[in-house]
Parts: sequence; C-alpha cells; structure tokens
Amino acid sequence: MVKNDINVIIEKEDLAEKIVKLVIYNPQIALNAKAGQFVIIRVDPKGERIPLTIADSDKKAGSITLISMTIGKTTTLVEKMREGESITDVLGPLGKCSEIERFGHVVCIGGGLGIAPVFPILKEIKNAGNTVTTIIGARNEKLLILEEEMKACSDNFFICTDDGSKGFKGFVSMKLKELITASLNGTGNFPRPDRVIAIGPTLMMKSVCDVTRQYDIKTIVSLNSIMIDGTGMCGTCRVEVGTETKFACVDGPEFDGHLVNFNLLLARQNYFCEEEQLSMEEYKKENHTGACKLDL
Amino acid sequence: MKKEKTPMPEQQPQERIKNFNEVALGYNEEQAIEEAERCLQCKVPKCTEGCPVEIDIKSFIKLITRKDFSSALEKIREKNSLPAICGRVCPQEDQCEKKCILGIRNEPVAIGRLERFVADWNDKNKNDPGSSKKSDDSLENAFAELERIHDGNGNKNLNINVQKLQKKARIAVVGSGPAGLTCAGELAKMGYGITIFEALHESGGVLVYGIPEFRLPKSILKKEVEFVKNLGVEIITNALVGNTYTLEDLFGAGYKAIFIATGAGLPYFMGIPGENLNGVYSANEFLTRNNLMKAYLFPEYDTPIKKVKNFAVVGAGNVAMDSARTAKRLGAEKVYLIYRRTEKEMPARIEEIEHAKQEGIIFHILSNPVEIIGEDSFVEKVRCIRMELGEPDSSGRRSPVPVPGSEFEIEAQAIIMAIGQGPNPLLLKKIPGLGLTRKGNIIADEKTCRTNIKGIFAAGDIVSGAATVILAMGGGKKAAISINDYINSGIW
Repeated sequence: MVKNDINVIIEKEDLAEKIVKLVIYNPQIALNAKAGQFVIIRVDPKGERIPLTIADSDKKAGSITLISMTIGKTTTLVEKMREGESITDVLGPLGKCSEIERFGHVVCIGGGLGIAPVFPILKEIKNAGNTVTTIIGARNEKLLILEEEMKACSDNFFICTDDGSKGFKGFVSMKLKELITASLNGTGNFPRPDRVIAIGPTLMMKSVCDVTRQYDIKTIVSLNSIMIDGTGMCGTCRVEVGTETKFACVDGPEFDGHLVNFNLLLARQNYFCEEEQLSMEEYKKENHTGACKLDL
Repeated sequence: MKKEKTPMPEQQPQERIKNFNEVALGYNEEQAIEEAERCLQCKVPKCTEGCPVEIDIKSFIKLITRKDFSSALEKIREKNSLPAICGRVCPQEDQCEKKCILGIRNEPVAIGRLERFVADWNDKNKNDPGSSKKSDDSLENAFAELERIHDGNGNKNLNINVQKLQKKARIAVVGSGPAGLTCAGELAKMGYGITIFEALHESGGVLVYGIPEFRLPKSILKKEVEFVKNLGVEIITNALVGNTYTLEDLFGAGYKAIFIATGAGLPYFMGIPGENLNGVYSANEFLTRNNLMKAYLFPEYDTPIKKVKNFAVVGAGNVAMDSARTAKRLGAEKVYLIYRRTEKEMPARIEEIEHAKQEGIIFHILSNPVEIIGEDSFVEKVRCIRMELGEPDSSGRRSPVPVPGSEFEIEAQAIIMAIGQGPNPLLLKKIPGLGLTRKGNIIADEKTCRTNIKGIFAAGDIVSGAATVILAMGGGKKAAISINDYINSGIW
C-alpha cells in the first residue's frame, strides 16, 4: 500500500524504451486540470524545473498522469524514481486548456512522446461529438505508446513508423498528406479534416503545418519550449506567433501552427545544448552505472 | 561628532567580483554604537515620518547606544517583521535618512546600517523575539496548542484545526513577497489563521528570485520567513492561485478574505529586432536562473547559464545593476550597462550605481539599443543610437531624443533586458470584473487596499507598479489593518 502523501508516485510503468508513465498523487492539481495543460516539476533540491504535459487526471483518485522521456539528467532522475517516492515539486495545472468544440472531423496527430499529451485532448474532442482520426508515429514500433488507449477513442486510426516496423512506413506528415489527398479525390470514405491537432517533436509539428497550410486546414500545435517558472514571469519560453512574441507557458502551450516561427523555436530549444550534455556527463561520472562495473 | 557616517566594511571590488558573497559586511558592535551616538534623539523625529512602516527609529537607536541590542530588535519588530532584509535593501536615502536633521549639513545617521546590525546581532546571538514568541501570552498558548495538533506534515488537517481553535477568520494571502509576508505576519499577530499561497518552490517572491545573494543572502531571507512562520503563518509553495486553487476553491474552503500580492512579475521587452535571439534574457530570467535556481553554481545545480565573454544590460534601475553585477561575477570580461539618459536620471540607488562602477561595469549612457544582431540565432552585438536630453516628460525627467546617424555597435554574446516589469495578468484575468488600470495593475483603495470585489484586497507592486520592498511592506501592513476592520464589521 502506498501512502498518499502529496506528489507521491502511486504507480510507475515503463511504456517503451526510455519512456515512463508516472501516476502522481496531487488532488488539487487533479481537481483543476484540463486537457492541454501541463505541470512544472523539480525532482531534486538542486534540480532544474522542467515542464511535462498532464497526460491524464483523475479527480476521484486525486491523481495526475505524467509521461516522461529520458533525454538528459533531469529526465534520467525521473526515470529512476520508484513507486512510493515523492517528486520534490509539482506546480500546475499550467497553461491554457485546449479549445474543445464540435469542429466536425478532427485529425489528432501524436509523434513520439507527443502521443501522451494528445491523448487527453483526443478524449475531449471525441466527447464533444467530433469524428476523430488519429495518427500516431514513432521512430520504431518499440517507441509507440498508448496505442490501445488512442485507438479505442478514435473513428479512424493509423500508425506510422520511420523504419516501417509497424503500420505506415514514413512520417506522420506523409500519412496525413496521403489522407487529405484521398479525401479531396473522393477516394475512400475519409472526409476533409476541419481541424488538425499535432503534438510531437518540433520538426514533426513543422512538417504537419507545411502540409495543412497547402490545404488551409487550421492546425493546432503544442509547443515545448524551455521554461523556468511556467507562470509568465521569466520569458524563457517566448515564441513568435505571427507578428507577436508570446509566452508558451501562459499564452499557450497551444497555438495556431500556421503562425508559429518553428525555426526560432528550434534554435531556442537548443540554446543550452552544450550545458545539457555537460550536466549529463557530470551525472554519469558521479553515478557509475551497473554496466560500467560489468565492463571491468 | 563625526560629520560622516561610520564607514561600512565591504569586500574589496577585486575580490568580490569573484564570488557571490555579500558585499557589505555589516557593522560590529563598536561601529554600531559609534554610529548610533551620532543620533540627536530629536524631540519630534522626522526619520519615522520617512519610514513607510513607521518604525520608532530614534528609540531603537537609543537602545543601541545602551548596548541593549535585543530590545532594539523588539522595538523594530513592533513595526517591521523583516528588519534584516529592510536594513539591506531599503532605499533609506529616499526615506528615513532623507528626513534626518543631520543630513541638512552633514551625512544623516546610517539608519539602514543600524537596522541591519540589530537584526544580524540578534541572529548571531540567537536572541530573536520572534523565535521565543514572548510577545503575547495568549498567542503563545495558541501556538503551543497548534503545535500539539500539527503533526508536522498535515497542512490540510492543520487548517481545519486552526478553524476550530482560532476565534478569528482564516485569510488567504497570494504571494510570499514583501507585501504578502508582511500582511500575513501582521494578521497572524492579530490572531487570524493565515495561509500564504506561493507559486514558486521557495518563499520570498522577488527577494528569492530577484535580489542577488551578494546583496541579500538567502540565509537571511530564510530566517525572516521562519520568523513569519513562527507567528503561525502557513505557507503552501507550488500553489499558483488561479490555476492550482481557483478563487472559488479558496472562498469555498472558508477563507473570509483574499489578499493579492502577486508583485510585478511580467518582464518587459523593447520590441526591437533580434530580441528573441539566443542570448537575450529578460532580467527576470537571468536573475531567476542565478538566484532561485543557482545557475552560477552549474553544474552542481542543474539549471544552466551561458558564461559568455561580454554581457550588455539595458536599463539603469536596481534590477539592471543586480543583473550587471551578477554577470560580472559569472566571469564576464566586459559588462556594459546601456542607458538612454544620464547617470543623474538613473533610477537605481546611488549605492548600487557606485558598487557597479567599482566592480568595473562599463556605463554607456545616452545610448539606446535599436537592434540586436546575431548569427546562427546567437547574439553577437547590439546596435545602439546616441541620445540627447530634451524637454522634461511626464515623470519630470528630461526625455531622451535619438541623435540621427549616431548608431554604434557593442559586441556582446548576451543581452539582458532590465527595462522594467509589469503586473502578471495570469490571476487577474481569472477574476471577472476586477478593476484594473490601463497598465494592468489592480485598482485598490490607497487607504483600505480594497479592490472593487468584495473580500478581495490588494497591495504591493501589483497595485503600485514595480517599486521598493519597503513600500510593498507598507502596503501589506495597511491591508492587514483594513482586512481586520472588514472581518470585524462585516461591511464592505
């Protein structure tokens, strides 16, 4: 039995290689969380603050679900946490919630870790009476997450992998283009999308927007900029949307993808690349892994 | 009697730019007594008039001359819950010391330094009236009772018990900066059950994210926050009111009034080309990385900062000086400060300007950035234009006018925008009908701190716009008195 202290990890599950799901006890966040929002966490007294999307929330159980992909030191620390341990700090729910309306036919696209944040939006979109087509993609089959959950809420469901290990071989943007083309030709029973929601790596969202722009289909993306406070105080997360500078943490994270300056976003995301690598190397030096010992 | 203030011992500039330790080291007992003896003990002291929280200055100074330092602290604490902080960061030259009679012909009494001395001496000698709680017997009993109930981890249970125990109402305070801490402390002393909701993971607001270690050591802040907690105030961190807790949640949970003290946390940018390049920070970001997240200790701490060759800071307020001096301590070769008027118009405290100069900050006055230039999305230089002073503007300062054709470039790999902060609209937008100024500050009555919505009070920078720690504290204090009136009368 796990004791329910605030921010304690009630449940932990490995979803795929380097992708973990954490169910965290925090009734206050669960009470007010809506689809599309995120939290900022800190996992160590000397740790940094990183944003993670709320992949699910359960008001009754007082819990929220976070999904983290291991890429640097902080996410390595997240991966190593065990059930029963508490996360030092969890702040949320942050950001604006998704715009949920009856749009008609909505295509929900999730790439890699981006599948996680699409899931709660997908559910809401479906509940609002939309026809939902879902496309999820990853580099390979092993990295696909939430496949069954997503499929269950979708009218049409497609999988893409870069290496073709499952489903369509290629990027989600290519699959989308194929589907839109088919809808315009009247081949198959696939109506023209009224809206696309795409969440995933920045390059993926950019590619999706490049496709939908040609057909003038409104496309919503969720931006994963670097953040510190997450409350609009520091401006680290600023992005250009149309002619305006916006803060992803409070004005977003969702924006009209056709207006987002993705090149700027990519550049800003990579600003601390060297430092992030250094941080990881230092961490490895301090924590000789089991593999190291085996090498001896 | 000496004409000048007893000098403040300081770390030498060449030394201090290599560390983040406090610059001003503080008086010892002899120096404090020597300075205290300069006080004329005026029959009608002007200094107290200059103090936003009306500290009985002459009395605490008298107690210093008698070497009764613990009573001196009690005297200050009657009016001010955060003396170690105010002694350090208050602009005394514009307040108490400005009114000091000695100041007419000579230098005024160094009231700020004495206030700091008293706080530090008592801390060193563990003789703080706050921690011993000897101020009020009935309150002391209530605290003892509370401590019995409080098992050390159950905040929620505590709330319920507070309600049963306390005769007075529960009040929610939003923000743990100077205004929030002061209001909470004052209301707790009156017997209210107070919860402070703080969005960040640490308490203190601008004192923890904004003001650098070398000007206000975080250990000092921690102790002052502890003092407020010892008065019975509960602080919940990671709690963003408006998001984590809605106002309905708070009123629904039984809070009878809400005090909004969310400060001036929204960074302003200039709106010039290149401002989103890598290496352009708001002062808030730069200072938060270093102060709250301790990026200057990276990689021991995980939050990074780029230690580039040259920094340029735009602006000339205290925040700009803090940013420039922090940049210097990161090991920068050159740190430039770009300001569109002259040194005379700089809003920063004279002491901060002097400290910055001593530390080798290069001032580019009568200059204004027009474009930030970079390559491969990284900042390389900032293009500025020379300015000259024209007619006085609405602030009474002569307004700067660009000199055509006078552009020049400054090479810097990081630019810090310290041109001011506005009110963070996050919570305010979620209170339907809340009266706001054109700039987005809350409209609150100057005397009562009441907003146009029943039960909601506001003070500090969120009302006044970015000002000083002590003014925010003065606002917090007024709000506490007004909240007490409202709870007692029930009349809005």
